[in-house]
Amino acid sequence: MNPVVNVPPTMSTLDRFLFSFFNPDIAGRYWKAIAEGFVTTTWLGVTVIITGLVVGLALAVARAQHVKPLNFCIIVFADVFRALPPLVIIIILFFAFPYIEMAMSAFTATWLSLSLVLAAFAEEIFWAGILAVPKGQWEAARSTGMSRLETLQHVVLPQAVRMTVPPLTNRVMAITKGTALGSVVALHEILNVSSSASSESGNATPLLVGACAYLILFIPFVWFGRWIETRFAWKR
Amino acid sequence: MKQDLPPILELKGLVKSFGALQVLKGIDFSVQPGELAFIIGPSGSGKSTLLRCCNRLEEPDGGSVTVDGIDITAPGVDINRLRQKIGMVFQSFNLYPHMTALGNVTLALRKVQGMDKATADAKGRAALERVGLTDKADAYPNQLSGGQQQRVGIARSLALEPLIVLFDEPTSALDPELVGGVLKVMRELRESGMTMVVVSHEMAFARAAADRVVFMDQGQIVEQGPPEEVFGNPKHARLREFLATLADRH
Ligand SMILES: Nc1ncnc2c1ncn2[C@@H]1O[C@H](COP(=O)(O)OP(=O)(O)OP(=O)(O)O)[C@@H](O)[C@H]1O
Ligand SMILES: [Mg+2]
Repeated sequence: MNPVVNVPPTMSTLDRFLFSFFNPDIAGRYWKAIAEGFVTTTWLGVTVIITGLVVGLALAVARAQHVKPLNFCIIVFADVFRALPPLVIIIILFFAFPYIEMAMSAFTATWLSLSLVLAAFAEEIFWAGILAVPKGQWEAARSTGMSRLETLQHVVLPQAVRMTVPPLTNRVMAITKGTALGSVVALHEILNVSSSASSESGNATPLLVGACAYLILFIPFVWFGRWIETRFAWKR
Repeated sequence: MKQDLPPILELKGLVKSFGALQVLKGIDFSVQPGELAFIIGPSGSGKSTLLRCCNRLEEPDGGSVTVDGIDITAPGVDINRLRQKIGMVFQSFNLYPHMTALGNVTLALRKVQGMDKATADAKGRAALERVGLTDKADAYPNQLSGGQQQRVGIARSLALEPLIVLFDEPTSALDPELVGGVLKVMRELRESGMTMVVVSHEMAFARAAADRVVFMDQGQIVEQGPPEEVFGNPKHARLREFLATLADRH
């Protein structure tokens, strides 16, 4: 349905604009549903970030153990899930997995898809950070009797993680915005809720409220990324 | 130096190759307790590789490396425990940039030896005092001069109370005016009875402080003896050439 059809024909252009985009009645009617979408999107985003980063870090640490068959698997995983569009993974998980008796909710499918993609990117970013730490750091630590894992934990990762903060922040943001893809499997997140509200009411205001909800969610994120970058920066 | 005691470090028939390139061609070498052995030789002769085989930063391909009577290349040895007794000081310092000087010096004490923070800090401060950096305990590496960083590097080895310390060109990355401070610390260390193997181009230091100078060329020990012999009366042509090129450079 075209949202502009309900505009009374006698209105001036400015009034028509305000009526369609900043309609307090419509906003009042749908803000609760959108707020619920906001909670779903936030919860989804937080779980994706935690799962993706933890799994990505674990894979990078595993890769640093230099076990050939394991590294091969990790590389295949990272390449596959960086290459596949998250939407494709969501659709496969949601619509194809029921055929192998592994049906999952829209939330689970979206969470799993985005987590896998974030884990794949995070693994590559952490791994690049580990590689960027000079070899001499390993040698110094190992020469004092520290094991490979101890060296990784106390010497290499603290330096690698600092280097990876900027690329990781960008990647985390991009993937977290993919929570909107949940709308294709009818997950009640911000975009889905506000676009259905918009068609139901024949008015664009819910979409604008939805956009504001995204801003409220992501602007602090952008600020956090900037703060953490300056916080973790140190001169060599 | 104690000639009658068993050696602290003993290499027998040490062989090491990188691919097709044989870098160490059967090295026999031993260091007595309290001895300072000084290794010289042209670039690429295998000096660094020799030192790095002594704590297995490089895995030897053949021969044995014995430290304080224990063959560190034997299967099943706890190399991490043995390495604590073998200090190593690097040309590029390799301090941990995210930790203070004290943090650098105490890391292995805390994480490997499991010492509590207070005990480790006390030990770390004592090690920093030995290198004259008591007042720099809380400084980060980027706040220290190259010479100070290298002295922290030495303190990091000393904190573990090693039996022997290996130095790989400890002053080569330093501005000339900072070399003296590091050499002074090494000199004091030697006088305190520490067993040391030093790879360096500081010939004046070798004359003043070394018990023995070892000349390596193409993966072999060509000549060795007291500094006055090796420098004053070199027997091999290759050593004479090497000393001549050094003299030209200065
Ligand atoms: N990890 C490695 N892989 C391949 N070749 C190596 C490696 N390390 C050293 N080499 C080679 O082994 C030879 C000996 O190197 P080494 O570093 O022991 O010499 P060096 O006597 O310490 O020289 P310099 O005075 O330049 O430090 C050189 O030809 C070097 O290129
Ligand atoms: Mg060298």
